[in-house]
Amino acid sequence: MSFVEYSELIQEGDVAIIFLGHDSMFPLMVQSGAQTQTRYGVIRHSTDLIGRRYGSKVTCSKGGWVYVLHPTPELWTLNLPHRTQILYATDIANITMMLELKPGSVVCESGTGSGSLSHAMLRTIAPTGHLYTVEFHQQRAEKATEEFREHKVDHLVTVLNQDVCKDGFGVTGVADAVFLDIPSPWEAVGHAKSAMKRQGGRLCSFSPCIEQVQRTCAALAEHGFGEICTLEVLLRLYDVRAVSLPLPDFGPDDPSRTDPGVPDRAGPSVPTNTAVTCRTAIAPREMAGHTGYLTFASKSLV
Amino acid sequence: TALSSIHLPFPNTSTLLVDERFIIKDGDFVVLQRGDVYKAVQIQKKRKVIFEKQWFFLDNAVGELYGSTFEVASGGSLQPRKSKHPEIPAEVKESGMDNRNIVDDGRSQKLTRDDIETLKEQGLKGQEIVQQLVENSTTFRDKTEFAQEKYIKKKKKKYENIITILKPSTRILALMYHGREPGKICHLRYDTLAQMLTLGNIHAGSKVIVFETCAGLVLGAVMERMGGYGSVIQMYPGGGPTRAATDSFGFPEHFHRTLHEFPLCKVKALLAGTLSPDEEGKDSVDGPAAEHLDTTAGQLASSANEQRKERDAEDSSPEGMESSSAQEKKVKMEEKRKKLSAAAALLQGRNADGLVVASRFHPCPVLLTLLRFVAPSRPFVVYCQYREPLIECYSKLREQGGVINLRLSETWLRHYQVLPNRTHPVLLMSGGGGYILSGTTIDDSASASGPQKAEEPAPKRIKLQETVA
Repeated sequence: MSFVEYSELIQEGDVAIIFLGHDSMFPLMVQSGAQTQTRYGVIRHSTDLIGRRYGSKVTCSKGGWVYVLHPTPELWTLNLPHRTQILYATDIANITMMLELKPGSVVCESGTGSGSLSHAMLRTIAPTGHLYTVEFHQQRAEKATEEFREHKVDHLVTVLNQDVCKDGFGVTGVADAVFLDIPSPWEAVGHAKSAMKRQGGRLCSFSPCIEQVQRTCAALAEHGFGEICTLEVLLRLYDVRAVSLPLPDFGPDDPSRTDPGVPDRAGPSVPTNTAVTCRTAIAPREMAGHTGYLTFASKSLV
Repeated sequence: TALSSIHLPFPNTSTLLVDERFIIKDGDFVVLQRGDVYKAVQIQKKRKVIFEKQWFFLDNAVGELYGSTFEVASGGSLQPRKSKHPEIPAEVKESGMDNRNIVDDGRSQKLTRDDIETLKEQGLKGQEIVQQLVENSTTFRDKTEFAQEKYIKKKKKKYENIITILKPSTRILALMYHGREPGKICHLRYDTLAQMLTLGNIHAGSKVIVFETCAGLVLGAVMERMGGYGSVIQMYPGGGPTRAATDSFGFPEHFHRTLHEFPLCKVKALLAGTLSPDEEGKDSVDGPAAEHLDTTAGQLASSANEQRKERDAEDSSPEGMESSSAQEKKVKMEEKRKKLSAAAALLQGRNADGLVVASRFHPCPVLLTLLRFVAPSRPFVVYCQYREPLIECYSKLREQGGVINLRLSETWLRHYQVLPNRTHPVLLMSGGGGYILSGTTIDDSASASGPQKAEEPAPKRIKLQETVA
């Protein structure tokens, strides 16, 4: 297993995702001899997990069952322990495409936070790229380092515990892309520019507040960035359900007259139905209305 | 990686060693940009290109850095813009407080269309024309500073003629197709494509099945994210896969070794195990195949034809001519058979790492059939311009089983204008970008131990479970 490469069978030391049912999952570290409690009973790692195929159904001690899934950055994002507010797949997907990330890309990121975006970027830039990620909080930097090692991606990433606004990313002239998710991104624009390759690159800044966006855009323009563009993307989920709509009763038909005045949905000779079922996509009561504004720009030599 | 030296634009005086990938070369596939308009072309010396009502040659672009900007000079040659032109001076001479006294009678600009044409003929640059327009506008000095800025921006957009040459990428091509020819890509908006690539966990080293009728844009996007590692099997309807957009990515040659294709019409045989070696050769590539002609096969066919003609011309005897063309055909058929075999072998294991579908075909049968080639615990993503077919897919998959985390979604996209005291969302917004159904496969074949009592509402967020050794 690796977050950047699929494998077929579950092995000791893997991080697997246990799926219990709709919207119910959790990660676990596979260890020989270990046991994990779930509401369906106990999972015994040695007998139930190790050597079995990812995607298998595992029956727990109380009789219920779960599925064991191969980790992906998207599943990790939904299940990781939060140390900060994180980015979700919707924003991550756009950031990845707009920064033109691909295998071999060199990326600088700050702040590392809980590592949600970091894992997604590592997946995209593997096997030949590299991620330099800067986190000014010591414990978070350490936790991130530990997770990258457990997830077998540490060879692709360098974690720096410093303040990007003061000390930059620790590298210059190497990055194809820079990502900023910090309180004052305008203070890091200069460092971002020098971390990027001289012949150009892409930048993204994520900010929840429009005032931050304004200051960042101004700083980007001052530093000679082009193609400055700010957007937001929101996820709309739909629940697919069969709904039943009752039919009104207008009273019995008059057999002596054919009066087209009263519309009868069922038609002339159909027995009275009390309801009609249709399968439809229902929007949830509430949706995420805002995560943050994404500002993109290009550094160009010319 | 090969390096080349390049002279930096004025006012730098140094040369820079850059990776060759960043330098425009003859034969490269590039994207021309002017403002919001993009066009994908191939650099071919001495070949005229039309873009935004202008004809020009791309010869002068060769040797420059990607991202360089040019102006079209008379005669159709590109002039590199070596220095950043100074902007129209920011200090404003005169401006008004509001528009209460400005009457729009269409007569405030004193220059006529002919006057402007004359200026253009005299060789005035775009910026100079804008300057002239400003000076000849009677209402300009009454406008507010903001209105003046807006006016200048608008005129610049019309008269300034700066063309940028970009290196193709999913971002740029997806933007281009969505703006220019959305019909060709089933109205797939670029952020929706971004979702598909991420939800599908497309990455180097995996084996992905793609079925699309988006001119090859989705295929190209998948290939870009795979970086030439792993393999992609493109399923195609009709005679051959369309890859016009894929070519525009300008992938290096070795990427094409990871690309396979397999015809839909042979899928049933493959699943039943009845795909015979003889049948494999009978695929009709040369037959009329509507708009689905394989561009590469087409090129191969035409170059093979050329070679054949040459050989025929040299060879005087009729028997010689016949045997050489029959030979040609045999070689082609054998190649086709080998390729089909290779694709079949990749599919046969039923262990693909992912499935991406984006087509004008009804997604249900496509998804239900092609999912059979995907390994358990792998993601799949289906795009559809409309919601109802995906609702049907969702229901059918629920009935059939074998998938979890089914999700029907769409994304909302909004751009912003960010200017001091003038920040707001842009006035026009995309009405829709299509819908996505995604999920993860699982292995349902193990015997179930009775119904799960899983209908209790799940807790909001599961904490990391305690593991006891």
